[in-house]
Amino acid sequence: MPTSTKKSSSAGASGPEAADEVRVPVGSEYDLVPARQKGRELAERLGFSSSEATLVATAISELARNIVAYAARGAIVLKASHDGARRGITVIASDEGPGIANVDLALQEGYSTSGGLGIGLPGVRRIMDEFRIESAPGRGTTVTATKWRL
Amino acid sequence: MAVPILKQSQYLIATIQSALSDAELLQLRDALTQQVGRYRSRGVIVDVTALDVLDSFASRTLRDVASMIRLRGAETVIVGIQPEVAFAMVQLGITLENVATALDLEEGLAYLDQEKLKRGRERS
Repeated sequence: MPTSTKKSSSAGASGPEAADEVRVPVGSEYDLVPARQKGRELAERLGFSSSEATLVATAISELARNIVAYAARGAIVLKASHDGARRGITVIASDEGPGIANVDLALQEGYSTSGGLGIGLPGVRRIMDEFRIESAPGRGTTVTATKWRL
Repeated sequence: MAVPILKQSQYLIATIQSALSDAELLQLRDALTQQVGRYRSRGVIVDVTALDVLDSFASRTLRDVASMIRLRGAETVIVGIQPEVAFAMVQLGITLENVATALDLEEGLAYLDQEKLKRGRERS
């Protein structure tokens, strides 16, 4: 079967809001709460438990905070993911900020250049099932993370 | 939306009612640090029952609140961390070390009463 069926079949979701892809612009710390609320909504609509949805919302909060702290602006895209019978939610956090000079270092526990705790990226990697980071100095950063439904 | 801070005898009780922005969290931190002096409070309770996410910034701010209040001579206890929030915090790697926590408001008040007794004994 080709995996071209993108639409969710959940009966409860209706109206233009019930899309399987949501884009949330992030330009200030005030965008964090709406971003994680959208993430929780989509996760719950996709059948995630409340506990898993909390993990996703927490990961979104960390990724959105990184955008504000390092790049000033960017976006969080949330979408439904499929892999055979598996269903999940993918969070894509992208910005056109300064980029990360040393990605390995940025993924180390306790490392931070913003005065934070240094648990954002390593924590998100732990929370999510799949985690990919693309970044280069001067070329922005894109983090793609997927959580599969249990 | 500012977090209401209730003065109850020797304690201050801040009940967070909805998700807070970073600025609102910092406001709460500063308001508590000031009011603990104004009211000569012995203890502070921060009720986070309504929070569905406690990320690294919120956790660090709560830890700062506890440290600042301690420097002002009072004790802080965080109450109402929900099971799912606790799970996410542990996954993220947040432990809130050196910060007192209690199940709910009732347990938080009991903790502060106990701390007050301990301190009273030390002084006499």
